Amino acid sequence: MKNKIKTIEEAVEYIKDGMVVAVGGFMGTGSPERLIDAVVAKGIKDLTLICNDTASPGKGVGKWITNRVIKKAIVSHVGTNPETGKQINAGELEADLVPQGTLAERVRAAGAGLGGILTHTGIGTVVEEGKQKITVDGKEYLLELPLKADVALLFGSIVDKKGNVYYKKATRNFNPIMATAADLVIVEAEKLVEVGELDATDVMTPSIFVDIIAQ
Amino acid sequence: MIQDKDKKREIIVKRVAQELKDGDLVNLGIGMPTLVANYIPEGIDIMLQSENGFIGLGPTPKPGEEDKDCVNAGGQPASHVLGSAYFDSAMSFTIIRGGHLDMTVLGALQVDQHGNLANWMIPGKLVPGMGGAMDLVAGAKKVVIAMEHTAKGEHKILKKCTLPLTAEGEVDLIVTDMAVIEVTPKGLVLTELAPETTVEEVIAATEAELIVSENLKVMNV
Repeated sequence: MKNKIKTIEEAVEYIKDGMVVAVGGFMGTGSPERLIDAVVAKGIKDLTLICNDTASPGKGVGKWITNRVIKKAIVSHVGTNPETGKQINAGELEADLVPQGTLAERVRAAGAGLGGILTHTGIGTVVEEGKQKITVDGKEYLLELPLKADVALLFGSIVDKKGNVYYKKATRNFNPIMATAADLVIVEAEKLVEVGELDATDVMTPSIFVDIIAQ
Repeated sequence: MIQDKDKKREIIVKRVAQELKDGDLVNLGIGMPTLVANYIPEGIDIMLQSENGFIGLGPTPKPGEEDKDCVNAGGQPASHVLGSAYFDSAMSFTIIRGGHLDMTVLGALQVDQHGNLANWMIPGKLVPGMGGAMDLVAGAKKVVIAMEHTAKGEHKILKKCTLPLTAEGEVDLIVTDMAVIEVTPKGLVLTELAPETTVEEVIAATEAELIVSENLKVMNV
């Protein structure tokens, strides 16, 4: 069995300035806090972030806002982090605001090998600007394109040594979707167990998606 | 016309709660809409969705009983009731966008007589992002707006929204501290008045044209 286990510091060695990084979590819940901290400590810069939100100062990817790790945020919500708004208004941070369901489906499309998805969400709003509209059975849809990352940073409540992941309660959110849509997938394990201890029926992200288990 | 702020809110959320049907799956927006959960009518069993990833949202846990893995869509400590289910964000928005959500209740900055809704941004101010609001309004079977009828005397129910839209033509019902208004193909129909409120007061507080229902009633709140 390939050894995927590395330290948190070893794991973030793979992240380079300017990369597109997808991070699991919703307002910080289900975010890999130790990996996020290690990226700050390493002084990585100019990342493009794909995440549901920018959390709040001191929590989750909110720490990347405060420490100016990212140059662009592709997120659905920034309202809970006043620092994000300040940086956007000052022209220091680019933000691409995407409806939450569209964000999930764009990432899923990238992971599933789809050329995009059609959604009614955003029709008649600023979201439709510059996008192709397609009518199916008389209803108008926007063509939303796949969203792929160089690296995904995820948080697993229980991870076995092969890389199978189980997410507790509301920590799941974007984690299993992002696991499918990055060239390199790093999972921070809250609890690492032997293969077999996590029942195969309870696996939410199959091990084949996981490249590195960070401990 | 009711003046007391708390009384206004109570009327709005009590009246919205009467829209709930047994077995409904409902998503309540942040702020006043969450209070609807306190007034679920007797004998009505509903499930609340939390769009960060579960159905069966329960009461806010007592201090010291929070579970770090269970939060609501505002990121605040939450709980789940018996029979709940957790899932990922793609499933959550499959529920919302696939027509599996019976009703969503949201606040509004503006709503107009075509059922257009503006509730996510004010140009020139800090933009919070739409979160799941655009998906909820476009996807839910029934969209109910719960809001005060005017904002510091300014009209909120307009002929045409002037703020950037959240969705086009998706609003079904507007419940305010003054009235219940249905969005129909013919226009806005005033169906109910709040207690101590007259038709003239509602018309004066509404920029949009109102059709007064032949069966106009007083809210039972």
